[in-house]
Amino acid sequence: MTELALIMVSAILVNNFVLVQFLGLCPFMGVSKKIETAIGLSLATTFVLTLAAMCSYLVQQYVLKPLDLEFLRTISFILVIAVVVQFTEMVVNKTSPLLYRVLGIFLPLITTNCIVLGVALLNANKSEFTFITATANGFAAGLGFSLVLVLFAAMRERIAIADVPKSFQGAAIGMITAGLMSLAFMGFTGLIKL
Amino acid sequence: MTSLNIWDIHGGIHPPEHKELSNRTPIQQAPLPARLILPVAQHLGAPAEPCVTISERVLKGQRIAEANGFVSAPLHAPTSGIVSFIGPQPYPHVSGLPATAIVIDSDGRDEWTALQAHADYRQLPPADLLEIIRQAGISGLGGAGFPTSVKLTAPRTQTIHTLIINGAECEPYITADDLLMREKAAELVAGIDVLEHLIKPQQVLIGIEDNKPEAIEAVRSAIGQRPYLLKVFPTKYPSGGEKQLIQILTGEEVPSGGLPVDIGMVCQNVGTCVAIHDAVLLGKPLISRITTLTGAALSRPMNVEALIGTPVAELLAFAGLDRGKLNRLIMGGPMMGFTLPSMDVPLVKTTNCLLAATLDELPPPPPALPCIRCGECADACPANLLPQQLHFFALGHEHEQLKAYNLFDCIECGACAYVCPSNIPLVQYYRAAKGEIRELEQKQQKAEHSRQRFEWRQERLRRAEERKEADRKARAERAARAKAVHAQASSAPLQDDPVARVQAQKTGTGLSEAQKKLKIEASMAQVALKKAEKQLSAHATPELEMQVAELRIAATDAQKALDKAITAASPTEVSSAPADGEAIKKAKIEAAMLRAQIRKLEKLEAHDAEQQAELTRLQTRLVEAEQALGGAGQGAPAAPRKPAGDEMLKKAKIELAMKRAELKKAEKAGADDAELSKLRDGLTRAEQALHVAEEKSAKPAPELVRTDKRPIDEQARALKTEAALARADLRKLERDADSDAAIVEAARQRLREAERMVQEYDS
Amino acid sequence: MSMVLIAVLALLALCLLCGAILGFAAVRFRVEGDPIAEQINALLPQTQCGQCGYPGCKPYAEAIAGGDKINKCPPGGEATIQALADLLDVEPEPLDAVEGEVPPRVAYIREAECIGCTKCIQACPVDAIVGAAKQMHTVIVSECTGCDLCVEPCPVDCIDMIELGSNLQSWKWDQPLAPGQLIASDREQAA
Repeated sequence: MTELALIMVSAILVNNFVLVQFLGLCPFMGVSKKIETAIGLSLATTFVLTLAAMCSYLVQQYVLKPLDLEFLRTISFILVIAVVVQFTEMVVNKTSPLLYRVLGIFLPLITTNCIVLGVALLNANKSEFTFITATANGFAAGLGFSLVLVLFAAMRERIAIADVPKSFQGAAIGMITAGLMSLAFMGFTGLIKL
Repeated sequence: MTSLNIWDIHGGIHPPEHKELSNRTPIQQAPLPARLILPVAQHLGAPAEPCVTISERVLKGQRIAEANGFVSAPLHAPTSGIVSFIGPQPYPHVSGLPATAIVIDSDGRDEWTALQAHADYRQLPPADLLEIIRQAGISGLGGAGFPTSVKLTAPRTQTIHTLIINGAECEPYITADDLLMREKAAELVAGIDVLEHLIKPQQVLIGIEDNKPEAIEAVRSAIGQRPYLLKVFPTKYPSGGEKQLIQILTGEEVPSGGLPVDIGMVCQNVGTCVAIHDAVLLGKPLISRITTLTGAALSRPMNVEALIGTPVAELLAFAGLDRGKLNRLIMGGPMMGFTLPSMDVPLVKTTNCLLAATLDELPPPPPALPCIRCGECADACPANLLPQQLHFFALGHEHEQLKAYNLFDCIECGACAYVCPSNIPLVQYYRAAKGEIRELEQKQQKAEHSRQRFEWRQERLRRAEERKEADRKARAERAARAKAVHAQASSAPLQDDPVARVQAQKTGTGLSEAQKKLKIEASMAQVALKKAEKQLSAHATPELEMQVAELRIAATDAQKALDKAITAASPTEVSSAPADGEAIKKAKIEAAMLRAQIRKLEKLEAHDAEQQAELTRLQTRLVEAEQALGGAGQGAPAAPRKPAGDEMLKKAKIELAMKRAELKKAEKAGADDAELSKLRDGLTRAEQALHVAEEKSAKPAPELVRTDKRPIDEQARALKTEAALARADLRKLERDADSDAAIVEAARQRLREAERMVQEYDS
Repeated sequence: MSMVLIAVLALLALCLLCGAILGFAAVRFRVEGDPIAEQINALLPQTQCGQCGYPGCKPYAEAIAGGDKINKCPPGGEATIQALADLLDVEPEPLDAVEGEVPPRVAYIREAECIGCTKCIQACPVDAIVGAAKQMHTVIVSECTGCDLCVEPCPVDCIDMIELGSNLQSWKWDQPLAPGQLIASDREQAA
């Protein structure tokens, strides 16, 4: 139980995938202009992460390891992730066509989101992970991504109507803000030892 | 609760009061103005409808505009005089836009109309009492101007348990209510009595700020033994706002976006109560009000009882305005008033103060600096809103967020702008944002409404189409069924069965497949011929002429083949039918075909020699055919067919009309005289034919009803037609912006000529 | 060799399984129609004027849902472009029309010249013209959307488009300049 808690705190705060490990920056910068879209994408990504962690763990344990096909890890994980993302796309299209329309290209781009493949590969590397811990790691990674994305979107909404100098408007001020957030998250270092 | 508890509101400010300027002198009577301007929309709701006419004499207190709908109030003449104008007049509004008003030139006599007092109002049913208040034109005199009778009409779901009388007058400079309470305390309490009788609340609370000691004394002694609770509370701006006063006196908050009546309370200004007393107990409608005239630019600041409609310039002159010192004229107070663009505007029912400020008194605001997010505004807001956030959302036009942060609960008191260290004009942002949101909502409603109408219209058109289709199908079915019946009955002798015979004639000759094909071919050939002839008339080229000749031959051949087929077929189909019937049919077909050909040819605009020859040939053939028809028709069975004479008559009439139209068209197109004369000849011929037909036909000559009694002859008619045509042409040309001036002049000339000719002929 | 075979077979099996899942999902989560077009239509001004190049607002809404540009609607103007941009999360572009943004107008029939031909009644997309054959025609101002589809068909050219001027009811406050944009020497001009 504590192990799970530790893993989750680590994935969400201490080793946050976006601000500390610097993975998944494309959707982070691209979809965070409005809070509603940010929430939508973060939910979609969390869903994908959890499923992908589960499926990739299963593939690793029951297909690749027994058949001694470790070298096929990358391609089979990508296959699994692509399928999961496609599935998620269909679900989003059904439940919220507006979100589907608004997310646009970023929904299928979750496939190329480094966090998803990163979590899958990291889970595979840590041989002591069980199915539950692997899933928890994926889920927590999604939560961490959501947290940071929503925070960033809230800040960007305010910055959009603030009096930003001409040369800083748009992506520039966004990057600066992200950097400052990253500095803030460095404060979590040493919170737990994993 | 009957205790004298008071609560406090969140925020609020204490600006310097400046009330001593105008509260040291008693209420004066303003002099009678020479001219009164009475806008019909001085209240919230629908503008009143004028019910007087220009140059009508009205008496003081006479109704001059009726209430228009439920949320509306009538308007009364403040003095006797003559109505001199009804239309756009200057209106006290920051935009300076005019509004419809009734202007009365006073005659100086100040004559009252007949008044009906109701001292026994306690015997009246509440509905009647409300009607008296409504007909007196009373709307809220505190500043909002909501029609009082509407406010007092409680919704069916809610009973009013608390009546609150607003004597707070929290805004700096204004002292109108203060003086009113001092001098008219008895009338005030009498008015409260009326309200109390009308509403029957559980408690009556009167709220007065503690900076008006004389007023408090006067009201207290006027109340006497009545169970009204007079609550005095510390001075703070904006405690006079309806929702704020309710909170101070009762501790309850009006829900966001709601009204006091939602929590069972009603709030009335002291001025309104005095007006209610006047209306009910004296029968006087609302025609005057107490207004504060104040400001450093006035030498005699005071409160006046002024007639509604008095021009502001006159009132200020009465108070000793120094125009040199005047920098800004504000209607209302310094916090919630607005700058008047001109002094020609009249006093309206909601004018509680006129502030003539000098430059030192109300200096222009310093330029706004960016928001430093200090939060002072949120501390000062009496409605517990977040002005800082509203400001940023207003800057970014984020309407959803503005609505989420309760922008529409803002009472625009100005406390936030007063405390802002960056001097940001916050209230202006909120007003602009509210206007934007309201406009957008209106547009959306209109668009939704239009969309619905469009969809209903599409539905209606679709249904009409469907019905047409269904009818068409039904007709086709009927035709097919009738044909089938006829085919079945074709072997039986037609003569003996009149019904079948009639049906057979009605459905034509019952053509078989081959005959149908031939008929189609024949008509197609005719169509091709007609098209070619039309082209020929447009551009005559040798190739086209050859084509036309070929097509003509083809058409005639096809026709011949068809006739042969029909005549060949008819013996087999109607074997026992008499030869008479067959001949008749043939003749009829021949005649019809010829007629069609002639008509087509005659439709051409210009005939060349060949076509003319063809035309005459066809016409002769037609006459022959018809003679044959006439002959054969004697022995024919009675057919439901009009006699030939009538047919000829109709034809002749049609031809005449066609000729006339052709002539007109040619004239308009400016065809040369040769063409015109040819067409005129054609017209004359057609007329002659018509006369012949009329004589021949059995019908009596039609009764011609003419509108003008003089006998009109051909020439006069022609001339008048020409004149009318010329007039229409000229008008059309004149309307067209880029028509050539020469052409317009020519048309004008033509008209003049035509009119001259008509006149000449008439004389 | 057998390793390669096993690898290929394993991947094949994996792919087939994934394909099966996706196929099932495609059927299960099928989406009919295009509800986004409804929401776009709700933002358009519904004048059915055709100035966008489509025969009405619904077809234009469907075209936008299919990817067409959002800046083709003159009666909607800047406000509509902005609202569409917010809804679809695209960049708002300036209006792409010959005349630009026109102020709201309504049609007016000069009754002295009307001949009662009903051509304008047939043309009006919201049935805002009252009349019948050989009877007087007149425009119901509150229903007219100013689409000016009635002007063309009139054979005697008796319909004018009149601007709805601003009056007290339609007047609204302007937003003040953003803070920091007005410096001290400008304030006398602005005040």
